[in-house]
Parts: sequence; C-alpha cells; structure tokens
Amino acid sequence: MPLLEIRNLHAKVAETGAEILRGVDLTVSEGEVHAIMGPNGSGKSTLSQVIAGNEAYEVTGGDILFRGKSILDAEPEERAREGLFLAFQYPVEIPGVSNTYFLKAALNAVRKHRGEEELDAVDFLALVREKTKILHLNESLLSRAVNEGFSGGEKKRNEIFQMAVLDPKLAVLDETDSGLDIDALRTVAEGVNALLSPEMGLLLITHYQRLLNYIKPQFVHVLMDGRIVRSGGPDLAEELEATGYDSIVPAVAGS
Amino acid sequence: MTAKPDLIRDEGYKWGFYDEEEALFKANKGLTPEIINTISDIKEEPQWMREFRLRALEIFRQKQDPPWGTPQLKEIDFENIHYYVKATDRDERSWEDVPDYIRDTFDKLGIPEAEKKYLAGVGAQYDSEVVYHNIREDLAKQGVIFLGTDQALKEHEDVFKEHFGTIVPPADNRYAALNSAAWSGGSFIYVPKGVKVEIPLQAYFRINAKDMGQFERTLIIADEGSQVHYVEGCTAPTYSSDSLHSAVVEIIVKKGARVRYSTIQNWSNNVYNLVTKRAVAYQDAVMEWVDGNLGSKLTMKYPSVYLMEPGAHGEILSLAFAGKGQHQDAGGKIVHAASNTTSTIVSKSLSKDGGRTSYRGLLKVYDGCEGVRSTVRCDALLLDETSRSDTYPTMEIDAPDVHIQHEAYVSKLSEDQLFYLTSRGLTEDTAAKMIVNGFVEPIVKELPMEYAVELNRLIELQMEGAIG
Repeated sequence: MPLLEIRNLHAKVAETGAEILRGVDLTVSEGEVHAIMGPNGSGKSTLSQVIAGNEAYEVTGGDILFRGKSILDAEPEERAREGLFLAFQYPVEIPGVSNTYFLKAALNAVRKHRGEEELDAVDFLALVREKTKILHLNESLLSRAVNEGFSGGEKKRNEIFQMAVLDPKLAVLDETDSGLDIDALRTVAEGVNALLSPEMGLLLITHYQRLLNYIKPQFVHVLMDGRIVRSGGPDLAEELEATGYDSIVPAVAGS
Repeated sequence: MTAKPDLIRDEGYKWGFYDEEEALFKANKGLTPEIINTISDIKEEPQWMREFRLRALEIFRQKQDPPWGTPQLKEIDFENIHYYVKATDRDERSWEDVPDYIRDTFDKLGIPEAEKKYLAGVGAQYDSEVVYHNIREDLAKQGVIFLGTDQALKEHEDVFKEHFGTIVPPADNRYAALNSAAWSGGSFIYVPKGVKVEIPLQAYFRINAKDMGQFERTLIIADEGSQVHYVEGCTAPTYSSDSLHSAVVEIIVKKGARVRYSTIQNWSNNVYNLVTKRAVAYQDAVMEWVDGNLGSKLTMKYPSVYLMEPGAHGEILSLAFAGKGQHQDAGGKIVHAASNTTSTIVSKSLSKDGGRTSYRGLLKVYDGCEGVRSTVRCDALLLDETSRSDTYPTMEIDAPDVHIQHEAYVSKLSEDQLFYLTSRGLTEDTAAKMIVNGFVEPIVKELPMEYAVELNRLIELQMEGAIG
C-alpha cells in the first residue's frame, strides 16, 4: 500500500511568493527506500518541509496523501502523530529544554494519538537507553538542551535518535549526510538501516551519492527546478556521481 | 456596612478573591502628619521612629518621580489611598490564633501547608500588619531572629536602630521616602555568626483592602560567615481601582556571609509595585537576588548590590513577564566599590498581548578598584507583534583594570522552533510553553523545587491562549 502519494504538487514561499515546486509526482510504499537527488536550489528541502507541513510554504496546487488521506490541511503535529517524521537538515536549538523532556512529551503525544498508553519516566528511560545503543549515541546528549551546543554530527545523530524513539511509518531524511565525517556517516546509516522495517517507508534527500553507499535505495529520483525529471534504480545515482547533474538537462529537454 | 467592592473577573488570576473587610482600624485616605502620628501611636513606637517617619514625609512631599519610567506613575492618586489598614492587632506564632477569615486566606494560598513541608520559618502579612510569624525552634535556639519588623523594633531596638535606614535612606528616592514615612510590617531577620539556615524562610504579603497601600519594610542582617535564603510571595484581589505596594528592603551581608533573596511577585494587575531593594556585601560575602515579576500593573524595581570589600560577589537574576496592560520595568544595579569584586546580572523578560518589559540596569566601578569582573546578560522574548521590550543599560566604569561583558538580545518566538517542535507531534501551544520554559530555565533552576514548580505554573497560566 502506498504510504505517501504526492500528486502534481506546486508550492511557493509564503512570504515572497517565489514558486519552488512546479508539479512533483512521487509515490512511496511500505518497505521502500527512495532517494531524491538534485543540485542546490532544485527544491529538495522545500519538498521535505512541505511534506512535514511548514507554513512558511504555501501549497498552490496538487495534493499530498499520507496513508490514503490528504494531509494538506493537517497541522504539522497531526502529520507527526499519524506517523510522518522529518529529520531536519538544520536541526533547531531549543535552549533550556532538555532533550529527554522534549522527546518524552513528543512520544507520549504520538502514543496517545495511536491509542497507546503513555510511557512513564521509567519505561521511557528504558526505551531511550535501547535506542541510544543502536545509534552509539553518548547518553550525556540526553540531558543536554535540545541541539544546543551540539556539533554538526551530534545534531544529525540526534535527529535519527528522535526518529528511532518516535517510530514513524514514513521518515524523510533531509540531507542527513551533510556535515558528517565518514565515521559519523557510517554510524548514522547503520542506525537508519537498523530501524528500517517492511512496514516503513524512507525518503532520503541528498545532494551526493555518498549516503547511498550506506543506505541502499530501490528508487532514485532527480529533482530539478521543482520537478522530478528522471526516476530510476540505484544505478541512476551512480550515473549522476559520474556525470554530474548537468548531463541530466538535455535528457529532459529531449523527452 | 460599605458597598461591595468592584472586583474584576479575571479567569487567569486565581488569587483575585477578597475577604469582607473587617479592619480593626483603617486610617482615612491620604497621608498627613496626623495620620503618621496615629500610626506611630498605635504601634507604640519610640520617639526616634516617629521623627524618622515625619522627616521622611517631608522628603516625600518634596521629591519628584524618577526621570525615567512611564507616564503611568502620574496616575497614582496619593490622596485616594488608605496608608494604614490593620485587620488584627496581634502577630501570632500559631495559625490557630490567627483570625479565621485571615487564616482561611492564607490556607487558600497554601502557606501553612508549605510551612509544614519545606520551610524553616514563615511570616504572613495581611494589609498593613504582620499576622503570623514563626521560626523552627532549633533555629531560634541558635539565635536566629525572624520577626515582623514592628515586633523586632520592640524586642531588639538596639540592633534595629543601628541598621535601619542605613542602606536605603529616606532621601534615596520618592518611594523610599513614602515607605519610610508610612512603613508597617515586613520581616526582620538576624542570622548570628557562622549559623547556616539551610532551608528557606518565607514571607507572604497579601493586600486585601481596597484602595490600600502596603508599605512593608524588611531588614536582613547576616552576620559573619552565616547563610540564609529568604523567599517572598505576594498576591492581591483584582479590584477595579488601583492599589499601591511600595516596599523597602535593606540587607547587610557581613564578611564571608551569604544571602539569597528570592521573590515571586504575583500581584493582581491593579497594583503599582514600586520597590527599593538594596544590599551591601562585605569581604568575601555573596549576595544573590532572584527576582521574578509576573503580576502588577506597573513594577519599577531594580534590586542592587553594593560590593564594599574585596572578594565580595553580587548576583542578580531577574525574570519579568508582562501581559496585557502590564509594564515590568525591572533590572538590577551593581556597584563595585572595592577591588577583586565580581558580579553577574542575568535578565530574562517575556512580553505578550501588548505587555511591555524594560530592562534597566546600572553597573558602576569606582576609581581605584582593580581586578573587577562583571557579566551582564539580558534576553528578551516577544511572544507576539504587539508587545514591546526595551533595554536601558548604564555603565559607569571609572577604573582601568576591569573585565566587563555585556550582551543583550531581543528575539521573537521563533517560527523555526515552533515548527521543529510541532513536527515531532507537539501542539503549537505546548511547543510555545516549552520554548518559554526553556527560555526562563536559567533563572527557574536557581529556585528551590517548590518555587520552581510554582513559577513554571504561573508562567503557563500567563501563556494560556498566547498562540493563535
């Protein structure tokens, strides 16, 4: 069953009116890993933000269906509770709010929505311990304020850690590889792979092919000028790595 | 029987209830030498105090309002205020002996319960007079004195007279003069040499009467090597006409002593809160103000520390929250009058629904002081477009060898932060509260747990409906 169906999606920046997405079509089903690649400014991050419901962008046409229902009118928290997760390219610092306090509140909001019992401090801590092990995360990060003073790598790992705890049905990873050294990248990728399940969908947004050496997509899409201009299998990513995005343009013009 | 006073219904402020006034004595409105004499007669004060009051009244009449502040100050009608309202004529040591209706009020405010659970001593003031004061027996045996200020004048006149009015003289400012003339109630604390009071002493100030002025006067003396934490809280009914609260607090922190003075000010939004708080700290002494201002219509308050001898440290943590119709003009003042003294000021302010916060601070270093270090940090958070925050920092540095850091930030409730938190499943309301709690956390964490919880709760109440 498709988890995510994006149909002819158009979106612009609410403040400036600049049109970024110009008709995106994409379907991600359970158990699938998709990668969206594209040059800077192609609309990759905008797509992820629009999927998560950032009001800084206005959808001007098309639809996004999550598990068969349109989510265009849903608040970000409703999307999250339904099982959507966005790992931010630039995770936001929340000074003075401890990572665990925040995450426990978020998890319980999600659990409540699913009709599950809220976790108490003890059960939550046990869960968190288990997940930190998977991601080789230093437990000291838990008591620190959300992302405050974290290194670039720590921030990215914290995103995946949140994903591990919230257990989404579909995760969108926005340039999770950027700012990671090779060891950190491997750790993060291993963590993501460990979390994947046949029920879950994954959308990787990346500029470079590097990440895809560690998390293997079945489908690769190229986003340019707000549209998906080519789709293919894993070999498309390798082709891009070899020839660059410039080579894609004539292919579109000719199609 | 007087007509029922006009109460304003304010759903967010649950301390706005009032008791039928049953005053034993209520001075006529206005402040005259006759009224001063009457107050002094009732209190059976020594002649020197009567003269002190009358002199202060003269000063009050001559003094002008400070040049800063707001036109709101002009709205205070000094002729329409009862300067002295006495509900009971005894300062009791057992709640059983406090008149029922007053005890009920403090019960509703949770004071007797708190006393049992986590306080070393409690004072309670109702309108002009202290109605209850008690301190744990073990502390009393060690010589700690914790009394209503009037009673302290009767029982410990020598030490009282030696210090009273020396830190904040009547001529300091108009409202200090007013307090010096009309003062009644407040706390007197003396901690003997080397005695450490490990758990807090608390005083609770309640205004009940309408059109009333409360002018408590607090004097704390921490002798060498001693330690004490004093906490004060305050509330009032939400009458449609305004009340005035103008306190003076004087603190002497002797060599190697440590005093922390925490305030959770939650006056109803019809109270003018004009308070002078000052401490002097001697060699290696530490003075800390933790000043939380959530209530009142207008607060003007700048707790200050004068660092008089080497090694002294002063700290001011100021938290202000201004909602609709409120102006919190708060901050702090540190005066480095000796070498190798250090200080920190951290100010956090929140404004919402058109509320206004101002940080007003002074940092002064006298000529000849070496090795002075000071850090000042002011953060303001605006919760909507209609609210306002200003920073008025003043620095007077007359010495070359000093290390001063000053940072000031004003920010808006960030859309990025809200989106980040909501994208994890939290509602915007919860997210905003979380961001605000995080913003004030550096101050809240300095409070004992019970007060931290209370403060967070008050902030959440202020935040209700803050978003969209």
